[in-house]
Amino acid sequence: MTKVFTRPYSLKDVETHYCGGCGHGIVHRLIADAVDELGIRERVVGIAPVGCAVLAYDYFNFDVCEAAHGRAPAVATGMKRARPDLIIFAYQGDGDLAAIGMAEIIHAANRGENISVFFVNNAVYGMTGGQMAPTTMIGQKTETTPRGRLMEQEGSPIRVSELLAQFDGVKFVERCTITKPKNVNRTKAAITHALRMQIEGKGFGFVEILSPCPTYWGLQPRVAMKMIEERMIEVFPLGQLKDIEEKK
Amino acid sequence: MAEERIIIAGFGGQGIMFMGKLLCYAGMMEDRHVTYMPSYGAEVRGGTAYCNVIISSEEIPSPVVSDPTAAIIMNMPSLAKFEAAVVKKGLMVVNSSLVTRAAKRKDIELIPVPATSIADRLGNTRVANMVALGGFLAKRAVVDIATVTAAIQEILPASRSHLIEVNRQAIAEGKIYVEAHSSAAIWSKLTRGFGFA
Amino acid sequence: MSRKGLMCGNEAMAEAAITAGCRCYFGYPITPQNEVTAYMSRRMPEVGGQFVQSESEVAAINMVFGAAAIGARAFTSSSSPGISLMQEGISYLAGNELPSVIVNIMRGGPGLGNIGPSQADYFQATRGGGHGDYRTIVLAPASVQELADQMFLAFDLADKYRNPVMVIADGVLGQIVEPVEFSPKETANLPKKDWALTGCSGRAPNKIRSLVLGDNELLEHNRKLQAKYRAMEESEIRYESLETDGADIILVAYGSPSRTCRSLLKKYRQEGYRIGLFRPITLWPFPYKALAEAAHGSRMVLVVEMSAGQLVEDVRLALLNDSIIRLLGKPGGEVIQSHEVQSEIEKIIEEFKIKGR
Repeated sequence: MTKVFTRPYSLKDVETHYCGGCGHGIVHRLIADAVDELGIRERVVGIAPVGCAVLAYDYFNFDVCEAAHGRAPAVATGMKRARPDLIIFAYQGDGDLAAIGMAEIIHAANRGENISVFFVNNAVYGMTGGQMAPTTMIGQKTETTPRGRLMEQEGSPIRVSELLAQFDGVKFVERCTITKPKNVNRTKAAITHALRMQIEGKGFGFVEILSPCPTYWGLQPRVAMKMIEERMIEVFPLGQLKDIEEKK
Repeated sequence: MAEERIIIAGFGGQGIMFMGKLLCYAGMMEDRHVTYMPSYGAEVRGGTAYCNVIISSEEIPSPVVSDPTAAIIMNMPSLAKFEAAVVKKGLMVVNSSLVTRAAKRKDIELIPVPATSIADRLGNTRVANMVALGGFLAKRAVVDIATVTAAIQEILPASRSHLIEVNRQAIAEGKIYVEAHSSAAIWSKLTRGFGFA
Repeated sequence: MSRKGLMCGNEAMAEAAITAGCRCYFGYPITPQNEVTAYMSRRMPEVGGQFVQSESEVAAINMVFGAAAIGARAFTSSSSPGISLMQEGISYLAGNELPSVIVNIMRGGPGLGNIGPSQADYFQATRGGGHGDYRTIVLAPASVQELADQMFLAFDLADKYRNPVMVIADGVLGQIVEPVEFSPKETANLPKKDWALTGCSGRAPNKIRSLVLGDNELLEHNRKLQAKYRAMEESEIRYESLETDGADIILVAYGSPSRTCRSLLKKYRQEGYRIGLFRPITLWPFPYKALAEAAHGSRMVLVVEMSAGQLVEDVRLALLNDSIIRLLGKPGGEVIQSHEVQSEIEKIIEEFKIKGR
């Protein structure tokens, strides 16, 4: 009998702490798949954020580091500069990357650090209990926007991929989601592409993944997935925003 | 020589820091104990720039010069700022091309050197600092002039090596000027404008 | 061959770091330590190292964190306001036990303050300016040569204990130019960095994290850290005690004020007064016992510092007798002049009728 599906070696066989229907588990798996397929498990170093994925170092089966809230791109810079032969990726959520860590991500991107950043955007703060994120959508109710996010008061959701794509130092940007198999495959391809570009020394790669948070969206997992397709994609359009390799 | 504590002051761009560093480097080459402390920050960008140099035969405790035994004053504001600080019987070399007011102190040795004019005559107004340094060294031989010349070669970047000669010349001219004007008669004539005699 | 060169403290510190094998410098410009960023931007490429002008001190300390996590020798430098921004990172470095070196060329505060030389960050450095129960070894040089020498020591101590080490110096020491020699010393038996994140080739994955959620696990982690700090207190105390034997007055100072004090010893000795100088070289761990011994039998201990009174608190802890402690503290980024120290000494001489020869 042929084995058609197996746990990637780069993902530990442990139970995660993620809520039912959370997207983090899927994204972890896709990264682990990509690491296995690229054969880089023994020279990859991941950086876990502060946020729901803070315990990622317990799930990945390779070297992983903690970073202070928002500082993963600076930590990644230090690592990559010290050991360019290692493959460094930062795994960040929307609060970590787009609120407290906005300076670090913009400057690491603009310097064109040869690193990969995987940005899980679920439009809400999970770890602290469902507060507004920089990517929370207009009208979206959270713990700290009980009447729904108002543009006049809280500003509008930040489109990080569009923001970063404009920098010359950024070589690859794609926004994906994980709502259905086709999108999951697309996400895995984007993650793999970003890592491959780093391996080939081609520079900064960024993959934004729209991901569900059924718990703090107050929705059933299946409905949460539908929510991404019906509302989130409208605000955060899917697709490749930049790829220097395409020009060839 | 026990210890010479020197303040060098002027405006940004006059090569004040270079004078200090050069003196310090020459001292080091002669195995003296030396420290050099520049003023830093906003002051070095346009306003009064000054530095402290200590050259001593013994270990130097504090690099901060609050009671200078000698001062080289390159412009007017520096005279106002440091005149009072110089110790009694201390030395003050003044760039008389730019400092036109008389010094108030009567208890120090005042040596006016028209450093900027001499530098202009040498064809490079920027070596006024070296003229003044030459004048200073004529009165206080804290280091040998040959050592200072050698130090210039050490610390001037290669791209400026063509300036070594004019710097050397400027030091020599400053020294000659002070030595030539040291005879009493010329001296009294020269210092009249400074409120002396 | 080591040759004497003339360098300012900031440059000497940078070159010493390179001689100590540091190939990663991350920093943000701030007066009075700008010579470090300028020097490193020029020098690091020459030795195959890395210089990044970071977007902030927050980023700089986290770049140091990253480089330290993969096992490299890394350092950053700044001045007081920038060091405040680094406190989060220093807490993380301590919590994660990452060897690293942080230099603070102190200026006047609080707030933006001024750019004058200061020692007002003593509390911040010795008490741990960030959150949590942690300690950093704090070294305090008093000359350009010592600043260079202490960089070697700082990297070694950081590696030895897996801990951040701070070097703190007032702005005078960053700026003064003095002769300096670099003689790299052999580092003896430093532990292997088998904890570093170098890719899990031929070993189980390593993780570096300070989030410890299990029952009592953080308590255990803290106990381990505290045991390490006790070991530092046991082995790493450094100080200089000058003519303190039988002295009537003992001056206590570190950094450039200690040099002003030292210059007065000779003067008073010639007049027959017995005045000594105690200079802590490690501000943490502080030489409490050594100071208590040095001050035994003296009439008065005069603490001289460029702050409103921070070092004096450790002197109080050492002597447990406030009645023999005086403070000459000058905050605001101002240098303490020799005559100010003299006038304090004269007051004590008069008040206690201390006799010269």
